[in-house]
Amino acid sequence: MQKALTLADSTVGKKALLAVSGLVLFGFVLGHMVGNLQVFLGPEVFNGYAATLKGNLPLLWGTRIVLSVSVVTHIVMAVQLMGRSSKARPVGYRKKDNAVTSYAAITMKLSGPLLFFYIAFHIAHFTAPGLALGNYEHSTTDVYANFVSAFTIPWVTALYVIAQLLLGLHLYHGAWSLFQTLGLSHPRYDGKKRLVAQVFALLIMAGNVAMPIAVLVGVIPPAG
Amino acid sequence: MSTINLTLHVWRQSGPNDPGGFKDYQAKGISTHASFLEMLDVVNEELAARGEEPIAFDHDCREGICGMCGMVVNGRPHGPQVETTTCQLHMRQFKDGDEVWIEPWRARSFPVIKDLVVDRSAFDRIIAAGGYISARTGSPRDANEIPIPKEASDLAFEAAACIGCGACVAACPNASAALFTAAKLAHLSLLPQGEPEQQDRVRKMVSQMDAEGFGHCTNHFECMAACPKGISVDYIAKMNRDFLKAMITARTDLPKREKQ
Repeated sequence: MQKALTLADSTVGKKALLAVSGLVLFGFVLGHMVGNLQVFLGPEVFNGYAATLKGNLPLLWGTRIVLSVSVVTHIVMAVQLMGRSSKARPVGYRKKDNAVTSYAAITMKLSGPLLFFYIAFHIAHFTAPGLALGNYEHSTTDVYANFVSAFTIPWVTALYVIAQLLLGLHLYHGAWSLFQTLGLSHPRYDGKKRLVAQVFALLIMAGNVAMPIAVLVGVIPPAG
Repeated sequence: MSTINLTLHVWRQSGPNDPGGFKDYQAKGISTHASFLEMLDVVNEELAARGEEPIAFDHDCREGICGMCGMVVNGRPHGPQVETTTCQLHMRQFKDGDEVWIEPWRARSFPVIKDLVVDRSAFDRIIAAGGYISARTGSPRDANEIPIPKEASDLAFEAAACIGCGACVAACPNASAALFTAAKLAHLSLLPQGEPEQQDRVRKMVSQMDAEGFGHCTNHFECMAACPKGISVDYIAKMNRDFLKAMITARTDLPKREKQ
């Protein structure tokens, strides 16, 4: 018997799943940044915030499950779609002159995998600190101290800052493009989509870059 | 009358199974009033006189409406001028001594038949999958019998301007046929006559578009920039919206289409 057409069979459906999972991850990145900015308020506030997150098990595991599902969906859809498209033009152009596309749009398939490796490193920073960072003291309760000591290592700071620039590019294209993908288009607000996406991408980038730089220049001092 | 001389780098491929390659030609004494195709005609006459195989390219109406004359000129489908087919591109757009790269549409779903001629029958199969209305075909009905808002008829008409030339696929970094399919859906679905079959049509045509092996849309909007009729990517958003809605709300399933 012939199979029925499902959402995930089509490129339009796969792209919609990519957009929705991307939106979830975008929301997380925003919350992650706002939460982390509390590091500017000192060790008590920051460690208290960390303890609250860790202490709320339904919130912690709920978030972890939703994020894991979103990350897996986002990656599987992206890999499947890229696989299709790489076969769609077996003989390329000798000369191709793009007219309107953006740097962010063209580099999505580069910024995506690079961000994946960065996120893997970022998680290893907490789960296997010795492996990820080498000689570095990691405390499971004093998150503030971890924060400061990790970002006093120059290559760690550099890596995080570069990753945030990639994240900004990825979020910019993703944030305005997901409206088009989900069919949310209207002449009244279409012109503002790119601007709003730029503002959000820049905010997230600026917030996330400010923290390691603040450690580096001493605005966020070591505790005690 | 001013004339120019050009160096052409033209893709030559004797048949579907020939790997093909670029060959250089000199186009001498080309009138700036000539169209791009007339320039190729001049080159071909010389080739024929020398006993060489002329450059094969598609053309029919030569007035910008049939959609046959597709070729990528210096990296842009139909050449550098916006909203212009290759036949309407004039040589005054080029300077004396210019180098011109001429390539066929590049897509797995548009196999090269010869030189610059590609097989675009994948587009026909997308239309055949659902790009029609099961209309009553009796005597003509009275005009204005069905009220249609001006806005809807304008939008449908703009979508109907698609000539199916394939420049959207050629321009797309993913060789996606989203703009073509979206235009062919919208010019029917926006009108009351096309609305009843809308949910089946969008699912069938999107499914056929995928089965033909075109890539997916990643919102570069190169298609809109290359479209000789300036068709908007808003129709792609509409296709996405209608498809997702149909997949979620349609009461009947449709079979999954596989590449034949």
